Amino acid sequence: MQPAEQRVIDRQGLDKLLTGLRQAGYTLIGPVRRGAAIVYEEISSLADLPAGWEEEQGPGTYRLKRRDDAALFAYTSSPGSWKRYLFPPELRLWRAQRTDGGWQRMDQEEESRPYAFIGVRACDLNAIQVQDRVFLQGAVPDPAYALRRRGAFIVAVNCGRAGGTCFCASMGTGPRASGGYDLALTEMVWEGRHDFLVEVGTERGAEVLRGVPSRPAQAADREAAAAIVARTAAQMGRHLDTREIREVLYRNAEHPRWQETAARCLTCGNCTLACPTCFCHAVVEVTDLAGEHAERWRRWDSCFSLTFSYIHGGSVRTSAASRYRQWLVHKLAAWIDQFGTSGCVGCGRCITWCPVGIDITEEVRVLRGEGQAGTGGGKEQTDGDP
Amino acid sequence: MPCRVRARRRETRDTVTLELEGAGSELGEFAPGQFNMLYVFGVGEVPISISGDPARPGRLVHTVRMVGAVTGALGRLPRGGVVGVRGPFGTSWPVEEAAGSDVVVVAGGIGLAPLRPALYSLLARRERFGRIALLYGARTPGDLLYVRDLQRWRSRMDLEVDVTVDAATDGWRGDVGVVTTLIPRARFDPTSTVALVCGPEVMMRFTVRELQARGVPDGRIYLSMERNMHCGIGQCGHCQYGPFFVCRDGPVFPYQRIAPFFRLREL
Amino acid sequence: METLEPLLAAHPFFKDLRREHLQVLAGCAANVRFEAGQYIFKEGEEAKTFYLLRHGRVALEMAVPGRGVLTIQTISEGDVLGWAWLFPPYRWHFDARAVELVRAIAMDGQCLREKCEQDHSLGYELVKRFAQIIQERLQATRLQLLDVYGHVSHR
Repeated sequence: MQPAEQRVIDRQGLDKLLTGLRQAGYTLIGPVRRGAAIVYEEISSLADLPAGWEEEQGPGTYRLKRRDDAALFAYTSSPGSWKRYLFPPELRLWRAQRTDGGWQRMDQEEESRPYAFIGVRACDLNAIQVQDRVFLQGAVPDPAYALRRRGAFIVAVNCGRAGGTCFCASMGTGPRASGGYDLALTEMVWEGRHDFLVEVGTERGAEVLRGVPSRPAQAADREAAAAIVARTAAQMGRHLDTREIREVLYRNAEHPRWQETAARCLTCGNCTLACPTCFCHAVVEVTDLAGEHAERWRRWDSCFSLTFSYIHGGSVRTSAASRYRQWLVHKLAAWIDQFGTSGCVGCGRCITWCPVGIDITEEVRVLRGEGQAGTGGGKEQTDGDP
Repeated sequence: MPCRVRARRRETRDTVTLELEGAGSELGEFAPGQFNMLYVFGVGEVPISISGDPARPGRLVHTVRMVGAVTGALGRLPRGGVVGVRGPFGTSWPVEEAAGSDVVVVAGGIGLAPLRPALYSLLARRERFGRIALLYGARTPGDLLYVRDLQRWRSRMDLEVDVTVDAATDGWRGDVGVVTTLIPRARFDPTSTVALVCGPEVMMRFTVRELQARGVPDGRIYLSMERNMHCGIGQCGHCQYGPFFVCRDGPVFPYQRIAPFFRLREL
Repeated sequence: METLEPLLAAHPFFKDLRREHLQVLAGCAANVRFEAGQYIFKEGEEAKTFYLLRHGRVALEMAVPGRGVLTIQTISEGDVLGWAWLFPPYRWHFDARAVELVRAIAMDGQCLREKCEQDHSLGYELVKRFAQIIQERLQATRLQLLDVYGHVSHR
C-alpha cells in the first residue's frame, strides 16, 4: 500500500484499527460524549465514540442533538481542541533544589507517551500545523511540543456536515483534510451503508491500515466521498473575507467598532481557551514554603487577562476594547507577519463559546465597512459560498 | 546558567547595579541594547538590559530598578549571591551604522542603563563618529545613575553631556526641566545624525517629536521599547507590540519601523 | 543703539523679523549682565523688562513656606525670560535667579508696549513669538508634571 492510496473499511474495520493502534502503544484520544458536549478524551474502542450524535452550534450556543442514524463523526467542532495534548494547559518545565552554589536541576527524561488522535477535522489539522510554526520554527524550538508532536498519529476526518459556526472554507483550511495526516476518513452513512473511505497519508499510516481488513476504493466510493465534502463546503453559513486582511485590521486600529464590541465583550477569555491556535502562556515560578525547592511551570495565559500586558506601573492594555483588538488583530493579521500564515482556521469555536456570541466574521465585515455598525450577536446568515 | 554577584553598587534609592561573573564558563558576548533574563531561585525571572561594556564580556553588568518581587530580590542579593542568566536576547543599537555621523543619545531615567553600553562602544572608537551628545533626564538629582561615568564623560573634551532633572533639590545647580528641552540646544547636525533614545514611552514620544522638529529623519531615530516578557524567545506571546515581539524584533527598533503603531493607545 | 541690532537679529527669538521691526526693537534694548547668584527679578515686582538670554543659566524659583525655595525650571542661552510684561497687572509670577554668569539683552517692556500699540504689525510679530514660547513652556511643564520616571507605588 502506498501513501495516497484509497481503501474502504467498515465499522469493524475501524474498531480493529483503533485496537491495533492501542496495541502498538499509542494512547487513543478521540471524541466522547461527556455531559452536554462532545469532547476529546482518552478512548479505548469504537464503542466510546458518540454514535448517532451531532450538535447545533450558533453564537453563544451549543446543543447536542440526537440523529436517527449511527454516524460516528457527525458532530463538528468541540469545546476544546487537540492543543491540550500537544501543548498541555499546565506543564512543569523543570525542577531544582537549592544548593550552596546556587541550585541543582532535577531533570527527568520525559517518557514518550505517543498519542493517536482519532477524528481530527481539517480545521484542527491546520491548527496543529499553525502551532507547529509557533513552537518548532523559531530560534529555540520547544522540546516539550516537539516530543509530543513527533509521536502523534493522526487519523483525520473529512466533515460530513458544516457546523453552525464553521467557516473553514473561506479560510482555505477545509472541509477536506489535505496532507499532514497518517490516515484520513470520510464517513459514508446512509440507508444500507456505514463505512469509511480511507486515504493514506504516510507510510506509518499505511502500515497500520495493513492490519485491518479493507477493500480498494471504487470510483463510486470516491465520488460519494467527494460529494459529501462538497455538500459540507456549500453548507457553510459564515464567510470571512481574507483579502488584504492585514491592511484592513492595521488600518482600522481606531475604528469605533472596537468600542462597540468591547461593550459586549466580558474579556472572559473563552475564545482564547477554545481556539486551537492560541499559544500565549505564562511562565511561573513555584516554590515550597522553605524556599528549598523550586519548579518552573508553563501555564496557558490569555491576552484578555488584565495582567497580561503588565509592566512596572501598570498594564498597557486595560480597556476591554484594547484587549479585544489585540486578540483579533493578532489572530488575523499580526500572525501572518509573525509566522507566515493566518492564526485562524475557521473552526468557529470562538463564536460558539463566546457567552455573548461575538462573531469574528461579522467583526471583520464591519471593519471593512460592509456590515452595519451597531449590530451585534444574532445569527448572520449569508448564502453559503465556499 | 548560574552566575555569582561579584560586586554590587547602590545607584539610587531604588536601583542597584550588579556585576556578575560566570560560574566557570566564559559569559557570553553581547551587543549594546540587548538584555538577559535574570533568575532568582524560587522567585522568578525578569528581562534586564545589559548595561556594561561590550568590550569586556567577562564582567556582566546589569542595573536593576526594584519595582517588584523579582527585581526586589535581585536588588537585595549580596556579593556572592547566585543569579541565573539566560541570553543575550534582542536587537541592538546601530553603533556600527552610525560611523561617520553625529550621535545623539537621549536617556530618561533607567533608560540610561541600556544606552550605557552604546556609549562605551561609541567612545572606544571615538574617531569614527562626529559630534556625540548625551542628553539625560532623571526625576531628581538623587535618581541620577552612573554619576562617576557622567563626571568622567563630562571631563572629556569631545563629548557633550547635558543633564536635567524634573524636580530639583537643594544644592542642585544644573538644569531643571524635562529632557526634551535639551534637544533644541544640543549640538548635532540633523542631516547627518543617528539618535538613540530610551526611557518611559511618553518621554520617547515627545523626544521623537523634538528630534523630528530638528530635522532628524525617522529612519535615523532608534528607540528601545519595553513590554512584559516571560520567555524572551518569542513564544509566550506577552511582549507583543503590534506584529512585533519586543524580545525578538526589538527591544531596539528604528522609529520608522514602529511609526504606524507608536501613537496608538493601549497597544 | 544700532550696535545691538545684529545681536537681536542673531537671537533665535527674533528670527525672520523684518529689518524695520528690528530697528524699532533695538531702540528698546540694552546689554545687561548678572553675576552668579544674583536675582534678576522677584515674584510680585513690577514686570518692566524681558530678557533674551545670550549666555548662562537662569533658575525660575518659587518660595514655598515650609519647603524653602524650589527651582521649578531652568532656562538658558537662546531662551526668553519673562512675559508678564505683556499682560496686566504686569507683575512677575516667580523669582528668576542667575545660576551662573548671565549675559542677556534686556528689552524695555513699557517702551515696547507703546511701540506695539502704534504699529500693530510689530505687535502681532511679538505676540506670535511669545505665544510660541508660552506653548512650548506649557508643554514642557506638563511633561514635568507627569512625573514619568516615578511609578504608581511611589504615590
